[in-house]
Amino acid sequence: MTSELNSAHQTVWRYRTTRQEWTRYALWFAGTLLFVWCFQVMTAQTIWAFVSDAPRQAVDISSRMMPPDWASTSDLLWPLWETLNIATLGTLLGVVIATPVAFLAARNTTPSQWLTRPAALLITVASRSINSLIWALLLVAIMGPGPLAGIFAIALRSIGFIGKLLYEAIEEVHDAPIQAIRSTGAGSAQTLVWAITPQVAPTLAGITVFRWDINIRESAVLGLVGAGGIGMKLESALNTLAWPKVSMILIAILATVAISEWISAVVRKKLI
Amino acid sequence: MSAHPARAYPITWRKPAWIASPVLRWSLILGALLYLFLGLSSLEVNWTRIAQGWERGWRFISAFGSPDFTSRWSDIRTGFIESLTMTVTATVTGVMLSIPFAVGAARNLANRWVYLFCRGFIALSRTLNEIIVAILLVAMFGLGPFAGYLTLTFATIGFMAKLLAEDIEEIDTSQLEALRSTGASFMQWLDFAVLSQVKPRLVGLSLYRLDINFRESSVIGIVGAGGVGATLNTAMDRYEYDSAAAILLIIIAIVFATEYVSSLIRKRLQ
Repeated sequence: MTSELNSAHQTVWRYRTTRQEWTRYALWFAGTLLFVWCFQVMTAQTIWAFVSDAPRQAVDISSRMMPPDWASTSDLLWPLWETLNIATLGTLLGVVIATPVAFLAARNTTPSQWLTRPAALLITVASRSINSLIWALLLVAIMGPGPLAGIFAIALRSIGFIGKLLYEAIEEVHDAPIQAIRSTGAGSAQTLVWAITPQVAPTLAGITVFRWDINIRESAVLGLVGAGGIGMKLESALNTLAWPKVSMILIAILATVAISEWISAVVRKKLI
Repeated sequence: MSAHPARAYPITWRKPAWIASPVLRWSLILGALLYLFLGLSSLEVNWTRIAQGWERGWRFISAFGSPDFTSRWSDIRTGFIESLTMTVTATVTGVMLSIPFAVGAARNLANRWVYLFCRGFIALSRTLNEIIVAILLVAMFGLGPFAGYLTLTFATIGFMAKLLAEDIEEIDTSQLEALRSTGASFMQWLDFAVLSQVKPRLVGLSLYRLDINFRESSVIGIVGAGGVGATLNTAMDRYEYDSAAAILLIIIAIVFATEYVSSLIRKRLQ
């Protein structure tokens, strides 16, 4: 039976034609070549003696880190409060700026497709492509070191994230409430406030809490470039090679991140 | 009806409150206001420093009008080559390693101990910020892009494995049984029944992660892990705002381009 089916007239069923098969092989080959070439270029300057030494270094560093310097906990409370402020106030400032940007960027609420929409989209992309640490680098140079630069760095990075998610939500609102409000004779500002805003408010709250959680993590390292918070303690501990302090700070950061993640999960569950 | 003639029906409508219980609502509002007061009052604002900074800030903003690509071009070029090669290699390695971790972290496939191990690894990778990982890895592996490559790989595994595992937990079980009934080996079963169901998501997430890795590769240089971040840091330290503006513009352009290309690829795959 099978030999008859496989005879010259009826070829065996195949998922891809020969041509497709070869294209795929060629693409995989090109991809592998790219990977190998990138790896070669990247490691051209690498000193392999350091790399092979890494396990010994790892053991060495972790033995220096143990036990953590529990006595320094009281020194960390104020930097932690600063970190919390940087994340929270930065998120709030980000929301305040991102909300109008999102309304200008959304296709259904923007006043002008050719002027405000591209400008608002450019703001969100520029804000998102630059990491908060780079924003902090800039702002520390402008405002001087301290948590204020951190707050602005977090806010500037959050605008793109919140703005993008919010304008996508605005574009997906249901039309029926808008028609209903409009039919009562509402103007466009009233439609915005009573038909569109209530539909996206829960989404905005969810996005805000989500971003706040991310911002806690990011604000913990902003101090490395001088923008306040616990990162400044980390920087000074690293510079003085005080490894027990470093491990204590890492524990404090991990605990803060875990708590903020828990809070954000609880709040988001309540919102939905 | 006539029994309650005095009862007036409301003729105006009020928006229902966001939180129904007034006690909870007011305590939340007061708590938020108290926090805002404490948070803002603990800020030390040095107005004279900011006033001085305005001039510098303005110089920085105007530098975007005349970015200087030429005078530091060789440093910028090396930085971007490091960033881009780091991004490609770390994404490829990270995605390949994330597949076994994702299978191990899926509750419907892995046994308990494997599940706990993989979930623990993912949680660790996700809670540790890239910068902190980079600091530790630079201390172990020395300065340069190799430490950055390891950092990004580690972060990629956590990100990809978590999202992929959630996807694997929701796959169609009938295909798993069908494949098993044909007598397929474990690897064949994994390939044809499990991975073929999550492949579109795997490709989409990999492209997304490629984006993120490039963005991260431009900052971990600040702590010595290679990439354009080191060049940027030097430019900022020397107050060479026109070179810094050039670097930032290239970063934005590359992010814009990768986002555009990855959205095209994702659209074609769906």
